Amino acid sequence: MGEVKVIGASLSSFCCRIEWALKLKGVEYEYIKEDLRNKSPILLQYNPVHKKIPVLVHNGKPVAESLVILEYIDETWQENPLLPKDPLEKSTARFWARFVDEKCIVSAWDACRAEEHEKERAVESAQESLGMIDKLIEGKKFFGGETIGFLDLVVGSLPNWLKFLEELGGIKLVDAEKFPSFHEWSKKFVEIPIIKEKIPMPDDLINYFTTSGLAKTIRGSALANNK
Amino acid sequence: MAEEVLVFGAWGSPFSRRVEMALKLKGIEYKYIEEDLTNKSPSLLKYNPVHKKIPVLVHNGKPVAESLVILEYIDETWKDHPILPKDPYERANARFWAKFIDEKCLSAIFKACWGACWGEEKEHEKAEIEHEKAVKEVSELLQFLENELKEKRYFGGETVGLLDIAANTIGYWLGVFEEASGVELLTREKFSKLCNWANEFVCVTAIKENLPPRDKLIAYFRNRFGAGNASK
Repeated sequence: MGEVKVIGASLSSFCCRIEWALKLKGVEYEYIKEDLRNKSPILLQYNPVHKKIPVLVHNGKPVAESLVILEYIDETWQENPLLPKDPLEKSTARFWARFVDEKCIVSAWDACRAEEHEKERAVESAQESLGMIDKLIEGKKFFGGETIGFLDLVVGSLPNWLKFLEELGGIKLVDAEKFPSFHEWSKKFVEIPIIKEKIPMPDDLINYFTTSGLAKTIRGSALANNK
Repeated sequence: MAEEVLVFGAWGSPFSRRVEMALKLKGIEYKYIEEDLTNKSPSLLKYNPVHKKIPVLVHNGKPVAESLVILEYIDETWKDHPILPKDPYERANARFWAKFIDEKCLSAIFKACWGACWGEEKEHEKAEIEHEKAVKEVSELLQFLENELKEKRYFGGETVGLLDIAANTIGYWLGVFEEASGVELLTREKFSKLCNWANEFVCVTAIKENLPPRDKLIAYFRNRFGAGNASK
């Protein structure tokens, strides 16, 4: 099956997607931890275009961009398929994966960083995106059906990141009342052993951002203003 | 087997043209619906309620949105003339570069062509510096694509593939932006491989038939964004 390495950072929601996928398929890999404030020559060699993690290196050949890597993993190791076989269902999963990355995550960050006078609108915008995800999971156990799949891994650590962004930005984005299906899903998801093993926790994210001084660079940061 | 394929698009959009190119390459008949983006139809809003954008492919009543997602759907549904290779690594490579083009190249190209003229006149010097920076960025991005092409005839190898179709923005629309704005970006001396590729690309029948008229497109962009950064 070859030599598999994952270049990543433990708090990255994009990286844990990759590790979960490999673990789900029983693929052994070597994890190489990157310090994002001091990127290694190896990372720059394997991802010269974006210089970002995660990067999967399989038999010396690098694959970058988490959604691209997930599909690569699914096509290379066929056990426990992540994506459905049906082209329409596959398209739906891909569509929503992009939506999570391009809308949910971005709008949540924007809401966290927004200036006071823009905050309300930014929060509304983020909640609109999250509402769509809530509707998507309504009545289902997981996005993948009875077992977790591609979209579950992509949505993955979003609930924890949202809790972190709420605290960082002094905003409220999610609660069980507003997005009950999303809330139910996240409770079930984090109980899955391979997920529980490695998932960025809100406290760790807060610690990292405050101790690294990154919190101060976030405009409108409640945390930065407090301490 | 009665099959209905609809494509909602806009004549000047490289994204909806991608969908038509792929269908044409595979010989799939479809009905095209031109959308007025200033007055979106109820059908479009029904088929793409999330983004309300074109293109949307509707296959037997079921919609698929987002051009790169549609291209993959087309490839998986109609197996003739595959546009993605079989090998997972090569597939990942095509997907990576398609994302790169959409997420990095387009906005950088726009900035280089029209970005700095949105500033005020008294910030002329600042605008100049910003413009030079934008042009340099486009150059770096194009260099990546030039290197990726290597000695291949097309990004897909001997025949046009998903990445070639995704690169229609580089192969045709970039030239239009250059002429509309007067900014030179894809120079032959720096990017001979890409230029050769672009020339070959626009000659492929399924592609050629799906390119909007150049003059009309140039006029449209000039009208929409102004005369561009080169006119000082």
